[in-house]
Amino acid sequence: MLTIAKLTIGEAARRRVLWVLAILAVVAVGLTAWGISVLVGGARRDGIADLEIKFAVSQILIFIAFMFGFVLVMTAAFFGSPAIATDLESGVAQAMLARPLRRSSYLLGRWLGLAVVVVAYAVISGFLAIGAVGLVAGYLPPDPILPVLYLAGQALVLLTLTVLLSTRLPPIAGGAIAVVAYGLAWMAGVLGKIGLALGTTALVTMGDALRFLLPTDALWQGVVYGLEPSFVISQVGDEFIARNSPFFAAAPPPIAIVAWSAVWVALLLALAVSQLRRREL
Amino acid sequence: MIPMPRLSLEIPAIETTDLRKRYGQVDALAGLSMSVGRGEVFGVLGPTGAGKTTTVKLLLGRARATSGSAKVLGAPIGDLATRRKVGYLPELFRYQPWLKAREVLTLHAELIGMARGRRRTAADEALGIVGLAERSNDAVGKFSKGMQQRLGLATALLGEPALIILDEPTSALDPVGRVDVRGIVRAAADRGAAVFLNSHLLSEVEQVCDRVAIIDHGRVVALGDLDDVLGVAETQVRVTGLSATDLPAFERFGPPALEGDLLRIRPMDDAEVPDLVSTLVGMGAKVHEVRSGRTSLEQRFLALVAQDRPPAGTPSAHRLR
Repeated sequence: MLTIAKLTIGEAARRRVLWVLAILAVVAVGLTAWGISVLVGGARRDGIADLEIKFAVSQILIFIAFMFGFVLVMTAAFFGSPAIATDLESGVAQAMLARPLRRSSYLLGRWLGLAVVVVAYAVISGFLAIGAVGLVAGYLPPDPILPVLYLAGQALVLLTLTVLLSTRLPPIAGGAIAVVAYGLAWMAGVLGKIGLALGTTALVTMGDALRFLLPTDALWQGVVYGLEPSFVISQVGDEFIARNSPFFAAAPPPIAIVAWSAVWVALLLALAVSQLRRREL
Repeated sequence: MIPMPRLSLEIPAIETTDLRKRYGQVDALAGLSMSVGRGEVFGVLGPTGAGKTTTVKLLLGRARATSGSAKVLGAPIGDLATRRKVGYLPELFRYQPWLKAREVLTLHAELIGMARGRRRTAADEALGIVGLAERSNDAVGKFSKGMQQRLGLATALLGEPALIILDEPTSALDPVGRVDVRGIVRAAADRGAAVFLNSHLLSEVEQVCDRVAIIDHGRVVALGDLDDVLGVAETQVRVTGLSATDLPAFERFGPPALEGDLLRIRPMDDAEVPDLVSTLVGMGAKVHEVRSGRTSLEQRFLALVAQDRPPAGTPSAHRLR
């Protein structure tokens, strides 16, 4: 399994994927820092209070995290959807699986290698962005580690889903299904919140069911919560629109949901292994 | 760590018993029983869709047999430890295009559990055998199809496997490459490896294989030593001035038959042809043409495949050895 994981990371490096990701991360962080420094500079010149600036920066950071989370999820889908399918279509996998290599080791090795790349990208880019914003705006989230880990968790969930789909579907089909599923889960999260506010049981149930089926939205709540300053949580109070915004979280995701996400990844990997074992190559 | 299997030379490299594979309503393999010994080059011939690649897939555990059983190097098919001693060149030979040729070999060396210190040497040796020594640092993605097939052959030879399975090993090679492959296959067999070779190139099989199986519609239609499959040598003489009453004079060469102006003696040793011609001339007959030899593999193959047209799905098992 480690041989295949090393091979997968080596492939990402040799095919210049890592370089592209690094350059994109530096460009994105640079633009973010520049944009926020311009906004904060202007606000200070206009005499806007520090607390209000902090609030605005935290909201911008959450919005940037949302976009970065989407990019990360797309990256995971882009990596995961061809992981097995392309190897099988090209014949590369057949030559390796004729060796004393279990199909489970091959699949888990591919997943592990890609997971290392995706998590490294999430962690490095996430901390760079938070650090750069802290430097130019003087605002650091209360716990900068947690939101980055939740972002990485979201990407791992999507990566696992695409690897599973990759055992049976061509790359384009698997990638498309995963991205659509991610969008649906996010929308279900928003509708679930609205359902809760309006007391509509059906919407709440649908939101919970989709969160159970694809736990990305639950992890997104963790990202938002981790990036919010505590005074925002207390000040928003019962304000209806703010509380039900997808960019606000009054509490971190329940530990049960986080645990379920880990179990979900393990279950999908087990299913992927089973699919690959049953497939005739 | 997967233990290295212990191999006895008495255990056949491949042994299958009534091996069957069914895809839906189609019998891809309809009862294959055969045995391939150590140091033997065994060729499987058959038209497209006959079941050649299905046989390889079953032997390597890439597909599951519908029924029957098979052993590779004495172990049930799919046994992981045994795969250390099996080299394989797939019909669809593709290797990581972003790796260098030597890296592909060292990767496979790692996968078969070769000691780290030996991998590079073994990789270079295998690349040298297939004529890619000077391209060992080139990316596989830049290789032509022929070079990729040579690389695949190098991976199949890596670590001196006890069994080498080659699926259409010369499909992308030029005539020089084909001659090289014949030499490589014979050398592997000479050091004691069993070689299982799938091919549709009859001349290739005829020149390199000790035994052959001809399969069609998933069934074995002929199997055995090349001589057995090709049949015995025959001499045909186009001759005039000869009658049936003269035939006993030729019985010392073999059983004679006269069909019009064609005298056929089968079997007959090629070395006795000059004596036969002298005898004919001595009897006053006029010799117009003499042909001697055995049926070519192509003729035999075409005859067997043409006559073997049973309804699809008819089960039949042939014990080969």
